[in-house]
Amino acid sequence: MNKNLIIAGLAVFVIAVLSPFWFNLVTVTQAAPKPELLGKAKTEKKCVLDKYDMRANHMSLLDEWRVSVVRDADRMYTAANGHSFNMSLSTGENSCLGCHEDKEKFCDSCHTYASVSPYCWECHTNPKEIQ
Amino acid sequence: MLEIAIKGSRNYWLWIVLLLAVMGAGAITYIDQFTNGLMTTGMSRDVSWGFYIANFTFLVGVAAGGVMVVIPYYLHDYEKFHRITILGEFLAVAALVMCLLFIIVDLGQPTRMLNVLLYPSPKSMLFYDMLVLNGYLFLNIIIGWKVLEAERNQVEPPMWTKPLIYLSIPFAIGIHTVTAYLYCGLPGRGYWLTAVLAPRFLASAFAAGPAFLIILCYIIRKFTKFDPGWDAMQTLAKIVCWAIIANLFFFVCECFVVFYSGIPSHMAHLQYLLFGYHGYHALVPWMWSGFILMTLGAIFLIIPKLRNNKTLLPITCAMIFIGAWIDKGLGMISGGFVPSPLHHVTEYAPTGKEIMITLAVYATGFLVLTILYKLATTIKEEVRG
Amino acid sequence: MMKKSRRSFLKVAGIAAIGLGAAPAMTFAASDSHGAAQAVKGKNQEALSAHRWGMVIDTSKLNEEVAKNITEACHRNHNVPDFNHEVDEEKYPNTRPTNPKQEIKWIWEEHFNYAFPDMEDEFLVEKFKHLGFPVTCNHCKNAPCVQACPTQATFKREDGIVLMDFHRCIGCRFCMAACPYGARSFNFRDPRPFIAETVPEFPTRSKGVVEKCNLCAERLAKGQMPHCVEASEGAIVVGDLEDPESEVRVLLNENYSIRRKQSLGTEPSVYYVV
Repeated sequence: MNKNLIIAGLAVFVIAVLSPFWFNLVTVTQAAPKPELLGKAKTEKKCVLDKYDMRANHMSLLDEWRVSVVRDADRMYTAANGHSFNMSLSTGENSCLGCHEDKEKFCDSCHTYASVSPYCWECHTNPKEIQ
Repeated sequence: MLEIAIKGSRNYWLWIVLLLAVMGAGAITYIDQFTNGLMTTGMSRDVSWGFYIANFTFLVGVAAGGVMVVIPYYLHDYEKFHRITILGEFLAVAALVMCLLFIIVDLGQPTRMLNVLLYPSPKSMLFYDMLVLNGYLFLNIIIGWKVLEAERNQVEPPMWTKPLIYLSIPFAIGIHTVTAYLYCGLPGRGYWLTAVLAPRFLASAFAAGPAFLIILCYIIRKFTKFDPGWDAMQTLAKIVCWAIIANLFFFVCECFVVFYSGIPSHMAHLQYLLFGYHGYHALVPWMWSGFILMTLGAIFLIIPKLRNNKTLLPITCAMIFIGAWIDKGLGMISGGFVPSPLHHVTEYAPTGKEIMITLAVYATGFLVLTILYKLATTIKEEVRG
Repeated sequence: MMKKSRRSFLKVAGIAAIGLGAAPAMTFAASDSHGAAQAVKGKNQEALSAHRWGMVIDTSKLNEEVAKNITEACHRNHNVPDFNHEVDEEKYPNTRPTNPKQEIKWIWEEHFNYAFPDMEDEFLVEKFKHLGFPVTCNHCKNAPCVQACPTQATFKREDGIVLMDFHRCIGCRFCMAACPYGARSFNFRDPRPFIAETVPEFPTRSKGVVEKCNLCAERLAKGQMPHCVEASEGAIVVGDLEDPESEVRVLLNENYSIRRKQSLGTEPSVYYVV
């Protein structure tokens, strides 16, 4: 009696634990969307770090930037590639959004796919949304 | 040992379900507060701490009060406290759980609370408060559990619990001292800016904690077969008596200094609390009731005949407990913020949602307390039987 | 870079001393900068600098309109919410009614008795009886709020400005209890529905953090004077208190000035020429 119960319980547990796999079996997996480079970003071709480094580490870079701007009052970032940037997410021409004009297609498409919701936008504004 | 907690009478389970229901209602209210912010509370720009911090402060005292059974038993070998020491320690655990919960529900950004560890700030009193509160909580859990376990197995508690027990004594004093330092080190708040604040906190703690313990002893006698002992309760009552008198004395000292010197930034707060200030007097009836309760309680405890009266004692203890709660909970925090540093008067009253969340935190504490006391009393019954 | 690594080292040493076993390893891992070894962080060329920023308010140049403009300029440009603003129901549906006691202000007017409660005087000079004194964060030399903050979210910059790191604030409001000037406001709710026109140059805040005047650090970094200075028609001057040649020091040399609650020893950096 106990033995059967335990085995049944274990089976339910294993099925439940592996649920992400079952979920993936029955749904279609989409390829990760590529962030779209539009407007200025498309022509400029000079980001802070190279493409792959940026993809992997932009969150750490932004974290470093915010510490630098808020706490050390250093706002100018001269990257290893020699280009200078205004360490800002959304203010001014020389900021992230100043170049990558379309937040939805550049930031959100990936974040939505990866199911991350950074709280940057609770405070920082997307200049486009304001207008 | 925890298996004891899942075997109980119908009344036991009804009580547990009641507590869980209150916790559930509070959790739903908290979700609203979490999503919409502290706008759901009665706090304001001028009164930026309210009911949560008030109850936190009071309960730190209840937790520290547990040491009033630990000191006589462990330092002075006062045998009569043997049976209730564990009750004091477990009361401290439950009170500290509530304290920490009150801090969390008071935070504007609770998801970031570990920033306190990530960016340790040794100049901030809150940093030390976090250290001593958590330290005292773990000390009491470990000590209480190990001593109870040893009692169940009828062996001596392990040797290493002894230093921990001695360490818990300064920690008990420490939690309430540091909690007082949160307030009394702030230059712009005349009501708190007094060296007598920490001693006053300790005095009211050593009254409120043991007073509550006496009430708990009555409840235990009614609902279990375990008898904490009338003599122990009498000794506790004497401790409560002198502690509450000390508390009232410190308050009189405070009043003398403030009113005789007449410095407005110190006087305005006490004026507001005791007589009203510029037409605002929401707390005046509360404060006077509080002091009348504490004074009457002290008188009832001094007179041996009244102290020995088995029906009056729990009522006296309830009076002192409620009086201390009004003094330290309601008055201490609001009183410090009214009037504001610019001498504007903004009064404070908690909202229904704030009270609901507060009740739920208390329910959580009582759940912890019920389970721990269930373990303690059952094991003590077993051993004696 | 040098400064950064020293900072990291001190941080690690501090944490290690407190004995949080895992933390030092984490901090080491985090401080490993990502392939940007030669990257350099620095100030803008046009940035204004000072040893200790201070403010001098010439009360003779104040009047109702100037004071109103000052508050207006500051609040508008820093996206400070106005609870009287009518909420756009379409954008923010079901917004709950506001509680005016939970308002947010950075710089505002107070009468003499409130701005200087320790100098209350029934025979106060007539001209001050009805004058609104602009009050704000004093960027104290010995700031009680900085000392109280348990996460260093409120900190003192090397140039004397007391700043808030909104990313780090846990909303414990210890700083509000510590401030003797009532300079701090807490975001009891999301401020966005109450911002008439969001200014893109400055972020809004999220609910649950404390905020206050930042002496326009974002403008000083671009070589501009604070908004209040520009709106004040000469009534407010901001400059370096440690520089004897600076305009603020010249003003302080030539005029008698007072500070709010001087007896507390917080050493406010905001002076009122009376």
